[in-house]
Amino acid sequence: MSDTVAQAPEKDRLFLLKVLGPTHVWALGVGIVLVGEYMGWNFSVAKGGALGSLIACWVIGLLYTCVAMIDSEVTSTVAAAGGQYTQAKHIIGPLMAFNVGLYLVMAYTMLEAADALVVGDLIHQIGVETGAVGLDPRAFVVLTIAFLAWLNYRGVLMTLTVNFLITAVAFVAIIVLFFGIQPWQEGQTIFHRELLTGLPYGWIGVVAALQFGMWYYLGIEGTCQAAEEVRSAGRSIPLGTMLGMITLLIAASLTWFVASGLLPWEYLGQSVVPLYDTARMTGSPFLQSLLFIGTLFAAIASANGCINDAARAWFSMGRDKYMPIWFGAVHPRYRTPFRSIVFLIPIAVSFAFTGLLDQVITFSILSGLLGYTFMSINVMKFRRSWPLGSIDRGYVHPFHPVPALMLLTLCLATYFATYLGYGAQLISILVFYIIASIWFALHRYRYVARGDQFTMAWPRPANY
Amino acid sequence: MTIWSIATYVAWGISGLLLGWMLFDVIRVGQNYSESFLLSAREGEDELLHEAEEEEGRQ
Repeated sequence: MSDTVAQAPEKDRLFLLKVLGPTHVWALGVGIVLVGEYMGWNFSVAKGGALGSLIACWVIGLLYTCVAMIDSEVTSTVAAAGGQYTQAKHIIGPLMAFNVGLYLVMAYTMLEAADALVVGDLIHQIGVETGAVGLDPRAFVVLTIAFLAWLNYRGVLMTLTVNFLITAVAFVAIIVLFFGIQPWQEGQTIFHRELLTGLPYGWIGVVAALQFGMWYYLGIEGTCQAAEEVRSAGRSIPLGTMLGMITLLIAASLTWFVASGLLPWEYLGQSVVPLYDTARMTGSPFLQSLLFIGTLFAAIASANGCINDAARAWFSMGRDKYMPIWFGAVHPRYRTPFRSIVFLIPIAVSFAFTGLLDQVITFSILSGLLGYTFMSINVMKFRRSWPLGSIDRGYVHPFHPVPALMLLTLCLATYFATYLGYGAQLISILVFYIIASIWFALHRYRYVARGDQFTMAWPRPANY
Repeated sequence: MTIWSIATYVAWGISGLLLGWMLFDVIRVGQNYSESFLLSAREGEDELLHEAEEEEGRQ
């Protein structure tokens, strides 16, 4: 099949459409993540108290800043869909690329399922509050996935423009909540002095909180999946990713500030929708409505971005024959990876129908964490094999190798944190990926387009 | 039948239509275009670069 691809004349070739700019990159990254500010981050409060959660927020913020810096540099040279999969393929080799590709598809598809579950639950909640009996949330879960998949199918520009709009509304809602509670009136409208009670479980609680601290930022690395569709990858990816990371650091800090100032940590650590609950504490119907819309929009934006990213990763693996090449097709009219988008729909619906939100999310987080761990190894080899000046870089991250070493250290600390709370899941997901790797090495690798997959105009590595 | 029951049926219906349309389109595209054309996207190739080169060639 690779022969037929090679024979296609240049002008008769299909490409993914290059129509995106930095705002779309921002919308993709922040859109996937922002739902984590609306829910999920607060489970870190249950582990380490409100102050422990703040420490986790900033420590994991450091982890993701390293991820964003490293991703920005590598992606500015590898302007191809697939993101970290493509990076691993070019820098390390096929087995790591297969694993990273699988992490990406699993992480985004599971996150998409969890987001759709949240949308279904929110609509179900409206129904229950307005007197509906026996309402089936699954109809709205499937509608969410089907509509967003259709949007993705029809074109990346509309998909990420919609994501930009709804993500911006969700972000502005957090800012409005912050000013709405008048944070300058300590003791009257906000009560940190009374509610911050130190570290209830000591420093081990803070370590345990690291796992849920990932919710503040999980998915920002998804920006590099847009690399093949941005007009200037060298400029847009670093700019969109860094702006996204700054946005998330602001949103995470504001979220923690307002929620921990209005809700006792014992309640905050259990809340399903902590920002909405914070808005309810203000007694303002406007803020309640706004934060409800913000929660809904954040979940939809996240699912939308996840469909985009999972499909690009699957498409790239298909194109290189890591998966059947049938998935490497581009739609002749909409210029999207349409077969990958459609293929992943039933998988996302299956995950969503399990209803196991926490298990699905834990698998998603662990898949992401495995990817970050490999990223630190990737960048060390990347800098050694292609030193500065040997290839064009749109962005060079500073202080190398400090970010890579810091990333590796923080990943190890987060594995330990995960082991404390979800040891069985950690072991089972590792077993799953080991079995998948054995299948790839013994069976699938013989189909991989070994020569055709390396198409970057890079010089030979320094240590070749 | 309450408005929420209707909304649930409408949600199932729209989902079915969207999924059906995508499946139909996947099959239709597969029948109307050759596989070599649909699979011709190559990593690292820049369509804008090709357009710019063609533009330069015309000049």
